[in-house]
Amino acid sequence: MAAALFCISSVGLTHPIAPAATTVPATLPEPFAKWFASRGWTPRTHQLELLARAQAGASMLLIAPTGAGKTLAGFLPSLVDLAARPKRKPGQPFQGVHTLYISPLKALAVDIERNLGKPVAEMKLPIAIETRTGDTPAHKRQRQKLNPPDILLTTPEQLALLISHKDAERFFAGLRYVVLDELHSLVISKRGHLLALGLARLRRLQPGLRTIGLSATVAEPDQLRRWLVPQNPPGDLAGLITVEGGAKPEISILDSEERVPWSGHSARYAIPEVYDQIRRHRTTLLFVNTRSQAEMLFQELWHVNEDNLPIALHHGSLDASQRRKVEKAMEGNELRAIVATSTLDLGIDWGDVDLVVHVGAPKGASRLAQRIGRSNHRMDEPSKAILVPANRFEVMECRAALEANYLGAQDTPPLVDGSLDVLAQHVLGAACAEPFAPDELFEEIRTAAPYAALDRDTFDRIVQFVATGGYALRTYERYARIKLTREGKWRVTHPRVAQQYRLNVGTIVEAPMLNVRYVRQGRGMVARGGPTLGKIEEGFLETIAPGDTFLFSGKVLRFEGIRENECFVSNATGQDAKIPVYAGGKFPLSTYLADEVRGMLADPARWRNLPDQVADWLRLQRDKSALPKRGDLLVETFPRGDRFYMVAYPFEGRLAHQTLGMLLTRRLERIGAEPLGFVASDYAIAVWGMRDMGAMIRRRAMTLADLFDEDMLGDDLDAWLAESWLLKRTFRNCAVIAGLIEKRHPGQEKSGRQVTVSADLIYDVLRAHEPDHILLRATRADAATGLLDVRRLAEMLSRIRGRIMHKDLERISPLAVPVMLDIGKERVNGGAADALLRESADDLIEEAMGG
Amino acid sequence: MLAEAGAEATGADVGWTEIAGARALCDRRGALFFADHRMLVVSDLHLEKGSSYARRGVFLPPYDTAATLDRLEAVIADHRPDIVISLGDSFHDRTASARLPDLFRERIAAMAEGRDWFWVTGNHDPDAPEGLPGRSVREIAVDRLVFRHEPLAGRADGEIAGHLHPGARIVRRGRSVRRACFAGDGRRMVMPAFGALTGTLNVLDRAYSGLFDWPAFRAHALGAKRVYTLAASALRPG
Repeated sequence: MAAALFCISSVGLTHPIAPAATTVPATLPEPFAKWFASRGWTPRTHQLELLARAQAGASMLLIAPTGAGKTLAGFLPSLVDLAARPKRKPGQPFQGVHTLYISPLKALAVDIERNLGKPVAEMKLPIAIETRTGDTPAHKRQRQKLNPPDILLTTPEQLALLISHKDAERFFAGLRYVVLDELHSLVISKRGHLLALGLARLRRLQPGLRTIGLSATVAEPDQLRRWLVPQNPPGDLAGLITVEGGAKPEISILDSEERVPWSGHSARYAIPEVYDQIRRHRTTLLFVNTRSQAEMLFQELWHVNEDNLPIALHHGSLDASQRRKVEKAMEGNELRAIVATSTLDLGIDWGDVDLVVHVGAPKGASRLAQRIGRSNHRMDEPSKAILVPANRFEVMECRAALEANYLGAQDTPPLVDGSLDVLAQHVLGAACAEPFAPDELFEEIRTAAPYAALDRDTFDRIVQFVATGGYALRTYERYARIKLTREGKWRVTHPRVAQQYRLNVGTIVEAPMLNVRYVRQGRGMVARGGPTLGKIEEGFLETIAPGDTFLFSGKVLRFEGIRENECFVSNATGQDAKIPVYAGGKFPLSTYLADEVRGMLADPARWRNLPDQVADWLRLQRDKSALPKRGDLLVETFPRGDRFYMVAYPFEGRLAHQTLGMLLTRRLERIGAEPLGFVASDYAIAVWGMRDMGAMIRRRAMTLADLFDEDMLGDDLDAWLAESWLLKRTFRNCAVIAGLIEKRHPGQEKSGRQVTVSADLIYDVLRAHEPDHILLRATRADAATGLLDVRRLAEMLSRIRGRIMHKDLERISPLAVPVMLDIGKERVNGGAADALLRESADDLIEEAMGG
Repeated sequence: MLAEAGAEATGADVGWTEIAGARALCDRRGALFFADHRMLVVSDLHLEKGSSYARRGVFLPPYDTAATLDRLEAVIADHRPDIVISLGDSFHDRTASARLPDLFRERIAAMAEGRDWFWVTGNHDPDAPEGLPGRSVREIAVDRLVFRHEPLAGRADGEIAGHLHPGARIVRRGRSVRRACFAGDGRRMVMPAFGALTGTLNVLDRAYSGLFDWPAFRAHALGAKRVYTLAASALRPG
């Protein structure tokens, strides 16, 4: 890997230099120049440029593809500075951390320690490099506080902990640089918000601090540039260096001999052809979108693995030791294929991957580019990738993604405003470090880009929330966690408060997970304590009964039962094993790709690039129904069986469609269309009911313009949200992050279920009695961009105003087939809980009546 | 008067139950009403749970007592009982009744006006509540029924108890639904918790072992509009 880190290529790199950057490229000090020369390498221009501009005092953003020597570039200013720093003599005062490196992954920090340590040792530089993560033992952390390393490699959560300590000022007294790795992936989450606030605090402690952000290509670099420097004045930007990508990847779409299915996500049809590709390459990396798909693909590949090729499985829920084993085998080039969910789940050493297969549509052009880019660490060699669409809509999506990749289009999501639950956590952390004056903290927080637009009233309400829960009914004053002193500063009231804060820091609230463990063989029912296979979501286990089988860790397992927080299993055989559903990992179709797919649908000239069977399908749709123009919405109505259907094709992604489905059925109910249910895919939504909706439109009993009017986002949305489990789940996350519900309490680990129960009850009480509470506001803001995707739905409704095209059909259209096939396969969510109870109660009645 | 609580005229015997021969209505809000005795029973109100947590720096919404009393007032207004029994753990901790704001004190007094009101003691509130009307008792017997907070181990005909916060869970069409419930087998009944911030414990948990005759067992689950009666075979653990 050191070779990859420092690899030098003779390929001409372009690096447009911003007008301000007239700095002369730096020359490397002795040990560095010698070290490069001894290996026959020369430093790259962007590495030298970054060094020069950082030395001149600038904070910088470096955008470069993998393999461009990005990491060395990021550390070079620190290493050069540290090499020249006089050694600390015994008895000399404490020297704090010089450089802080922050990455989204523990694994990445560990990897950097190894890869940076090697050249540092070879150059005989007196630089101490250490990691500090959740896994670092307590004694080492303690020692690090007394005697910090020069370079500390850590995560956003650890930074939050470090700045909440009373000695933070001393610890960071010598801090010169903060290097932020994978910045593009950090900034889009709540962890990014926490990190931005931590940076603002570091800058207050060390005003001369420089930041260096390392990022993959993004749509709007300015957002990241703002993020790296204090927003004082607002809009200030860090310097920018962009390194263009190396060789263009060779991407193709699997041109299958088989029939591409109408719907589904398994891509089972293509397994023999995928296997054939594995056979013809050295090492193949197979990406899928979800852990469930990973389990399934792995299983299917082994079914056809006649040559017994070493094919491995890797995803985030598997036991860490098992993942390490796979990574080791990969490093040693012992594997021919690895099925994986995301680059972030994987360790860093990739071995000699010469083919990437992406099964299922990539859902976003940028995600595809990053996954493919990751496969090849030599940027002058083209990466080779094959896309395997799982159904016909995915064929179009893959095509669109492919064209986007060639065009260099980017569709990283827009950054959202800093979330209020994270702010609450940070405010308590600030009080734990030292009493704070509200005016000063408010100004400090506003220098962090995500919070630049924070208003004072909201800030004050957050402080009140931290102090006593922020309720209109102020009954908790005497129990306050922080109190205003006579000097006008907020001070922690009890050491216990700081202790609780430290146990609950962080923004990752996982779905409750249980360990998957084998029962010990032999001793009957009470046998426990076999080896652990990994973790599985409690929600999935709730839907299966003892004796059921499911796929996990590439094995068919029999579910034996749950004890405490462990799920016991034994080996089983059988074809009908269920596949666990995981909450994470299901990315909705990106806005950019959605638009591309709509464009492709509307333009027959572009069908030439599609496989015949897909192009034929579109032609058939044009003849039997219609194809909408790029910005239009097609709505079809038709009868089928004893039901009536309405299918709409907004192409706005599953989350927005689910929300739309909930709202549409409410409206249809009111108009008297008697809707019975709906199903949403990434591309379309189908609603069915007892009444002929086509006829209702004909007789003007309803109009599509009214049905799809934007005002559905008003009262209907509010009414639905009141009962939505989606909002309850969002609330739970906000409540944990904000510190209303504890993640952990000294000496007692709360199980996920207890948290879930109490969060739901709290939500109900709060909503009934104080609907404008700050935490409910935070929840609604989260839901708007998260699970409900209201923002995207709103954009869609405004886009299609006056552009709805209705086709009143006698029978199902070709385009409707995929979403219609999903009916019955998808779980029906929503307010149906009582209906399910009624069915169970009816069973009892039937039994009683002798039925 | 019972429209709110009873069956939606399905013809099914929904909501009604018998305990040791005494007929009672399971109100979907979590109260049990014996029409013959004009007697209303609620259990595990856990009043002042919010302020109890606040003392540890966990600020649950301070509206739990108000929410619980709102519901209790509504139930009493609908059934107009002569006797009210609060079956223990009426207050979340020993000092909760003393902390109770005057406003709530007055509301309880108004409800108790003209009625026989009994506070059965529980493990959370082993002492008589301070400054409130009603009598504090450890148990009450009415005809063949006996009311106590914690169910006795083994068979106990005619026992109405609380303490366990029974909950029922079903799985249907790939979805799991969990609700508080009345748990009974015709001989005894364990009441659902009535308080606003009280969780549930699945009736299939070990804590219930030996209490019920499972073939005769029924869980009356509290739904949004009515009570749903479920057999043990419909229930799932967890």
